[in-house]
Amino acid sequence: MPSLIDLMLEGRKVQQHGPWPRAVVDASIWQFAAAELAQGRWSLLGLWGEPSTVHMAIIDRGSADIAVVSLDCPDRAYPSVSRHCPPALRLERTLNDLFGLSAKDSPDTRPWVDHNCWGVRFPLRDSLGDRIDAPSTTAPYRFLPVEGGSPHQIAVGPVHAGIIEPGHFRFTASGETVVRLEQRLGYTHKGIEGLMRGASLERGVQLAGRVSGDSTVAYAYAFSRAAEAALQLVVPDRAVWLRALLAELERLANHLGDIGAICNDASFSLMQAHCNVLREDVLRAANIAFGHRLMRDVIVPGGIVCDLDENGQAAIRAALDKVHARFSALIELYDNTASLQDRTVGTGMVSSALARQYGAGGYVGRASGCAFDARRAPGYPPYDDLRFEVPVLDEGDVNARVWIRIREVEQCLSLTSQIMDRLPGGPLGVPVAAEARPREGMALIEGFRGDIMVWLRIDNGRIDRCHLRDPSWFQWPLLEAAIKDNIVADFPLCNKSFNCSYSGQDL
Amino acid sequence: MRKLLFQSLFRGPLTEQAPSLDETAVEELAAAFKHAARRRLGRSLSIREIDTGSCNACELEIHALNNAYYDVERFGIRFVASPRHADVLMVTGPVTKNMRDALERTHQATPDPKWVVAVGDCARDGGCFAGSYAVVGGVSQVIPVDLHIPGCPPPPVAILRGLLSLLDRTAKSASIT
Repeated sequence: MPSLIDLMLEGRKVQQHGPWPRAVVDASIWQFAAAELAQGRWSLLGLWGEPSTVHMAIIDRGSADIAVVSLDCPDRAYPSVSRHCPPALRLERTLNDLFGLSAKDSPDTRPWVDHNCWGVRFPLRDSLGDRIDAPSTTAPYRFLPVEGGSPHQIAVGPVHAGIIEPGHFRFTASGETVVRLEQRLGYTHKGIEGLMRGASLERGVQLAGRVSGDSTVAYAYAFSRAAEAALQLVVPDRAVWLRALLAELERLANHLGDIGAICNDASFSLMQAHCNVLREDVLRAANIAFGHRLMRDVIVPGGIVCDLDENGQAAIRAALDKVHARFSALIELYDNTASLQDRTVGTGMVSSALARQYGAGGYVGRASGCAFDARRAPGYPPYDDLRFEVPVLDEGDVNARVWIRIREVEQCLSLTSQIMDRLPGGPLGVPVAAEARPREGMALIEGFRGDIMVWLRIDNGRIDRCHLRDPSWFQWPLLEAAIKDNIVADFPLCNKSFNCSYSGQDL
Repeated sequence: MRKLLFQSLFRGPLTEQAPSLDETAVEELAAAFKHAARRRLGRSLSIREIDTGSCNACELEIHALNNAYYDVERFGIRFVASPRHADVLMVTGPVTKNMRDALERTHQATPDPKWVVAVGDCARDGGCFAGSYAVVGGVSQVIPVDLHIPGCPPPPVAILRGLLSLLDRTAKSASIT
């Protein structure tokens, strides 16, 4: 069995890429890596492109080693990864939409984020002069066929009934039971990767923090760490610890909101009322401490922009104490309400095998037996210096996803108080100097939803290329599987228990 | 559950326990809003929220309007599931080209009289996404906008304040005509 190090030796190693290696390989090695992904020991971390190159990031789930393989494809085609590894499918369709890079022998060549509204095809393909106008008419999007019985279809979205993001869900139902759900996303595609090209690091981190608003801290964190890896910057201790505090507060607020919202989608609004009060307390404390309720634009390459004073510390401690005091009664309420358990237990199952195949991170993976947490492995400071558990369950239903969040709320409370007790002094950042030579860096950060990957190349202080991969890429497809054989009315409940990001996926 | 409900009965309204300075602003707005909303719309204002490609931060803060601290339903402000039930379209996001058609259709499905409130910096002019091949760049490029509420995202109090100023203006223009 080859290791990722062996794979790297097969290619030409790229200099100035950190902290993990990248190698340019030929088509046969690329195909070998793709086939190896299907064996299950390696997982796909990301698949992204440049005008005539494709990159694939791989993680060894055993050793948590990470490597990137790159394939030059001057003829704008590369061997399909999704043929072996289904999680790559939507990423391949996006690569074609944005760059015109086609996956040979792909099982599905339909567009994904391109809805033929941009007026241009392959918008990231290359510089000016290479522009290809969009066709004036296109055939309607083909949803997958359903045969047999007498099924009916329900089309939902892109504008939904609640205050949520836009996306289209096509249900095929037999009576009340869902036979197939097919998602169509891309409605919130803003072209962030295009805006990143040529941007300063300052603008880059601002854009990164707006990929998915609920994970604004985690994205700014990931972008900054990728930039620091590229430029080999060492961030001062105080900034390292404060970043973790920001990340844990974000995780706490989101989990509290989610737990309430899931119960609300099972028509138990009491939980939501109480959880949202606690969430609001955390956001107000964040506002006092860091000047923004969602803590946006606080983390930047080199460090952070605002310090935590005594006033802020007191506000955070007060909010955490309140969560501490009130949360256990809410867990008890959740656990002892039979009508609520009736809705969440056994609903929206995701098997361990499927979660593992997709390398699903976050509570979706951890509720289905996948213990992966980027804070632990590959890990990053200051988490190697903190005590925390990574809760894992095997049931894979809505109930398990609620329980993972409950346990993570408890871990957040512990982590935040550990961080505040041990917060080191010192400067908040280091200056970021422009490097003349191109340098590449990547980072993997555990957001509340799962692992966020950022890869970038900096050339002369400007971003040459930046790819941001949301955890939702590997969770959305599992929702299609989870809802199968459930009733249509349980879809909001299942959907909320996943709480995937539309904006993060659409980019 | 009974214990929790019982405690809530005796704990008193949460609005009074709000720790931040915003509390007074909420109270102030609450009184003024009640008056203006009743004069113009009776006891209710129905809002249909539409996300045209926001990063979802604005949605989080709009959601917060429903929590016990802000509790907008006490003013008769409700978020409704269909544009056909709405008085106000509350639009977030820079309007992606992929959402343009859906925004137009939602606007058409909203009965007159209606108002459009654009929430967030990117709903004004595209914000930091302006200039992208995939973005129209502001709600007013597609449908007429009555009010912009700035912020990235605007906090719940700012959104409430914005709704108030909209009501004030429509009440005034109604008395002129």
